[in-house]
Amino acid sequence: MSSDRAPARAPRRRRSRVALLVRGIALTYLALLLVLPVLLVFVRTFERGIEPVIEALSRPAFLAAFRLTIIVTVIAVPFNAIFGVIAAITLVRHRPRGGAFLNALIDLPFALSPVVIGLALILVYGKFGVIGPELEARGFQVIFAVPGIVLATILVSLPFVVREVMPLLREVGTDQEEAAATLGSGSWRTFRRITLPAIRWGVIYGVILTTARSLGEFGAVSIVSGKLSGKTETLTLHVEERFQSFDPVGAYAASVVLALMALAVLLGMSVLQSGVIQRRFSRGDRRQAADQAVR
Amino acid sequence: MAIVVRQLTKRFGDFVALDRVDLEIRDGSLTALLGPSGSGKTTLLRIIGGLEEPDAGAVILDGRDVTRMPPQARGIGFVFQHYAPFRHMTVHDNVAFGLTIRKRPRAEIERRVRELLELVQIAHLADRYPSQLSGGQRQRMALARALAVEPRMLLLDEPFGALDARVRKELRQWLRRLHDETHVTTVFVTHDQEEAMDVADHIVVMDHGRIEQEGTPRDLYDRPANAFVMTFIGPVTTVDGALVRPHDIDLLPDPEDGAVEVLVERVVHLGFEVRAELVHGDGHRTWAQLTRDEAEALEVTAGRIVWARARHPRTFADAQAGGREVPTG
Repeated sequence: MSSDRAPARAPRRRRSRVALLVRGIALTYLALLLVLPVLLVFVRTFERGIEPVIEALSRPAFLAAFRLTIIVTVIAVPFNAIFGVIAAITLVRHRPRGGAFLNALIDLPFALSPVVIGLALILVYGKFGVIGPELEARGFQVIFAVPGIVLATILVSLPFVVREVMPLLREVGTDQEEAAATLGSGSWRTFRRITLPAIRWGVIYGVILTTARSLGEFGAVSIVSGKLSGKTETLTLHVEERFQSFDPVGAYAASVVLALMALAVLLGMSVLQSGVIQRRFSRGDRRQAADQAVR
Repeated sequence: MAIVVRQLTKRFGDFVALDRVDLEIRDGSLTALLGPSGSGKTTLLRIIGGLEEPDAGAVILDGRDVTRMPPQARGIGFVFQHYAPFRHMTVHDNVAFGLTIRKRPRAEIERRVRELLELVQIAHLADRYPSQLSGGQRQRMALARALAVEPRMLLLDEPFGALDARVRKELRQWLRRLHDETHVTTVFVTHDQEEAMDVADHIVVMDHGRIEQEGTPRDLYDRPANAFVMTFIGPVTTVDGALVRPHDIDLLPDPEDGAVEVLVERVVHLGFEVRAELVHGDGHRTWAQLTRDEAEALEVTAGRIVWARARHPRTFADAQAGGREVPTG
């Protein structure tokens, strides 16, 4: 039938000693650096049973931190998703003057240490910043308040969606969008029915990464938050605060919550992925669909 | 739909894709834009379709200036070189796309899609995705999708370029029949002169962003305006510095007026056609196309001396009159 079908999988080769060695090194590396420490956090948390954990997780300071982290993420992720898609389309499709500069600029939050981003925000919005006093006079406090934390989180997680979507847009090309236009589709409808489906995996991956980063951001947030327990303390700051107050159970319990949230995000993604694939392809073509997803 | 193009100019950086092009395409005609790559033919098609904006000039469809209008407002069907299938939609949904945008009733959409898929003979593939189709099937789907919105003009960019020879021939004839049934004004771009001659009733020959000549296939073949058109359409060789069709060279056994002495270097039998490769006394090479019967009557064999006489030799002002000594295709 069609010539561009995925080629049949190469026959399984006998495992050579070198392959085994390489695999062993990779797995040991992962185990030592990733699995063991994370596992230990879980173990230490429940060392003295579940009671102290429940107690730590029902304190008002923890609950406030948990709530704040959720709020910040719920604001930052849609912002960056929408901005990311718009920026990617602008850079790839419209190629504005100074596009190359803008393109480099978008990576800045990755290149800069989050601490620097936090300090930069204070220089603009702080009490002695460029527009900070102006805003404060109107009763709007940014630094040492929730808006500053949201801003810092948006900034540090800004590149994810853009970077995931841009290569997809390039790869898809303009053919399908042009075809839709000749069939009478306006630009919004073309975006919704042609462009968005084509880039949706990039958007989803970008959103996942943005979410994970938003939940876990520490450096920039720690500079701008002021760390007022129960007010401007996010989960990561709460972990640090508990740790330094000689409350290991409180610190580990909050860490476990953070880890579980990240896990839930990743799990949600894989469920979504398999669900979409099953809906899109009939039974007989599922293997091909899986192959495509892997690519 | 009648298409009128006035003084169209388009540059891409330093490259002049179209240079003050004027063209009129009759309502209901089947026209080929023919030229080598870089001649501007695709740019012209895309500007007519509204996919590209000209730097200067105007596009007038049925008396209405549409130069600055988007493609949605032009009532066209466009078939892309690589078909541009909507990859995440089934064949059915691809074809239905234009109709759902027009908010037609569901029953009407279903009926129309079924009709079109039957017309292009892929009704059994309605639930497949484009990635599961062959090139020819994708091409048919692209045609059905473009026809679904009942365009008043069908534009095709190298529609058969990416298909293998057999499928290409088949789809060509199919397009011709489709046009004869629907009479929708059709313009297609091609670099293949045989394809243009085979399908179109009007050919526009382009080179370097200009129209070199336009006319019926016969016109262009018999009365080329310049050396470029003559060499681009049909086989050409040279005798005494003039361009000649190889089948317009008579080979004679004895010297006659206007005939030059040549040595038969090689004789190639291509079934009905026989190709005689000839060398002039000064070393200049040329070739003649004969029927098998003519070749037999003359007893043309390698090493023989014969006399060649050109029936319609042409000289043109444009100096590039090299021509192809031996056909490449």
